[in-house]
Amino acid sequence: MRFKKICTQHIGKKNCHTLAFYKKQGGYKQAASALKKWDPDDLIEEVKASNLRGRGGAGFPTGVKWAFVPKDSKKPKYLVVNADESEPGTFKDRLIMEKNPHILLEGIIICCKAVAIEHAYIYIRGEFVFATERLQQAIDEAYKAGILGNNCLRSGIKIDVTIHRGAGAYICGEETGMLTSLEGYRGEPKLKPPFPAVEGVFGCPTVVNNVETLANLPFILEVGAKAYRSIGPEKSPGPKLFCVSGHVEKPGTFELPMGIPLRTLIDKHAGGVWKGRKLKAVIPGGTSAHVLTAAECDVAMDIESLAAAGTMLGSAGIIVMDDSTCMVDALLNVMRFYHHESCGQCTPCREGTGWLEKIVQRIAHGEGRMEDLDLVHDVCDRMLGKTICALADAAAFPAQSIVTKFSDDFVAAIENGGSPAWKRRHLSTVGGGASHG
Amino acid sequence: MRWPSSRVSTSSLANWTGRITLAQTLCFSREAMKQYKWFLTRYPTRRAALLPTLRLAEQQFGELGVAEMRYVADLMKIPPAAVFGVVTFYTHYRRAGTGKFHLQVCSTLSCALRGSEDVVTRISERLGIGPGETSECGLFSLSKVECLGSCDTAPMLQCNDDYHEGLTLEDVDQLIEQLRAEASEGGNG
Repeated sequence: MRFKKICTQHIGKKNCHTLAFYKKQGGYKQAASALKKWDPDDLIEEVKASNLRGRGGAGFPTGVKWAFVPKDSKKPKYLVVNADESEPGTFKDRLIMEKNPHILLEGIIICCKAVAIEHAYIYIRGEFVFATERLQQAIDEAYKAGILGNNCLRSGIKIDVTIHRGAGAYICGEETGMLTSLEGYRGEPKLKPPFPAVEGVFGCPTVVNNVETLANLPFILEVGAKAYRSIGPEKSPGPKLFCVSGHVEKPGTFELPMGIPLRTLIDKHAGGVWKGRKLKAVIPGGTSAHVLTAAECDVAMDIESLAAAGTMLGSAGIIVMDDSTCMVDALLNVMRFYHHESCGQCTPCREGTGWLEKIVQRIAHGEGRMEDLDLVHDVCDRMLGKTICALADAAAFPAQSIVTKFSDDFVAAIENGGSPAWKRRHLSTVGGGASHG
Repeated sequence: MRWPSSRVSTSSLANWTGRITLAQTLCFSREAMKQYKWFLTRYPTRRAALLPTLRLAEQQFGELGVAEMRYVADLMKIPPAAVFGVVTFYTHYRRAGTGKFHLQVCSTLSCALRGSEDVVTRISERLGIGPGETSECGLFSLSKVECLGSCDTAPMLQCNDDYHEGLTLEDVDQLIEQLRAEASEGGNG
């Protein structure tokens, strides 16, 4: 079927975040049909058949995840919506929550019906104050209109939704870290298994889904799994929000079919590389993804194609860097981020991210040695796959690929006394000090 | 389970917060207490209400120092050390000694590529404080923070609850003037 925008088609119109507006566009019809007509097992089968893949980063098939939840469990079941959008370069969920919050609530209702869940928590990052307000308004509207509550849309089914604000920790975007944080503890991830579907928040079966994933559900029910699957590549189909930032003329969020060529996304939709400069590197899926060189950018933006290109779609946060960028500085920035955000539970991650930052910093600051390049790889090898969660891997991937693919920048910084930007700043500080002295 | 009463000295931690107030002098307003009770109805465990209650305390008391954490610990019957552990794990709670306006400049990659360092330098020059510092008048604190999820409007900063996006250096100057004016209009409040 033809591609259609589902999350962003009305953005920019007046009151697009309100219930009245959403209902006028046919909103909550699919929720009503899910609540009243659909059998839970059929709903799960439909979502499985649509091949909807999680939009948070891992790309796990949503219907399969739901099917893992044990049906005979006597414990209550929970849905935790991952709205802790913190992957650098990603800003799509905030857009949905600020401009189209009811599509998320409708998705929540559909998921709750499919898995027999009575309480959903939306774990939203603490910094998103405006998005939290908008979402709370939408929830209040929905309760008042009888869409949420003890008798959702007069179906006799009970669904409660509670917003839970985070407080500034990247690690809480990792699903087990998020659940620990929701329970009121430091957001430290837990070992899997047990998987959240079996033993998640409060020791109960829990579905964890990303905001954008849930926002796809009303559309899947509207057009049917088969039609949905025909949008984009069959293995990772559907409309997708792509976030483009960095050195482009028009950064922004673009809703396009999965599988759009990366070049088209950058050149056509984001207005091309800024200031007429040339492309140097692209991070295609948030900073946790392997970097692509300009020559590698002829790739389709879907899960399989990017995996084949040695990187990942991740959260579809595309960061573009022009030819004036020093990759040593770029990597230093990324390594500082992961060092800052490591929760400190696992030694390889806590120490490894620190070492990576230190090593890259000394290269950037003119104290690097040629052996440091091998040392980066050595540290990465000691981190990959050796920790509870994937943060260590997320730090090691960009370190490995940037050092390998842009070794010229690193060699130049080692040989010439630091990265160009650092030398500029350092010299100007020294000069400034002298003139004041 | 027992935990030390509020009367136990917190002087060693007081240095860390730069402020000594006894937890006994703090109290949620009736409205806040109602809100707290509502939180308890939304979770199957009391402990789960800790993060929202800390937000409530932050709102009520203006910041989370040792006394405020102790108050929340006593209220929720959670060991004070556990509350301290939670507060210090997260970076977005307003710690004791933060200026009236907390300028948090996003410094992660997308913002850095579009000049966040210049924004930090400009603020430093205008206010005479570096990242991690608070101005002597107590009006401004400056921090470099990690990705705020607004990369398409880089460079940007968060001042208290509000995002200021697509910043030029002139915007930065203007914002500082505006905040100063706001502070002098608002008097001591």
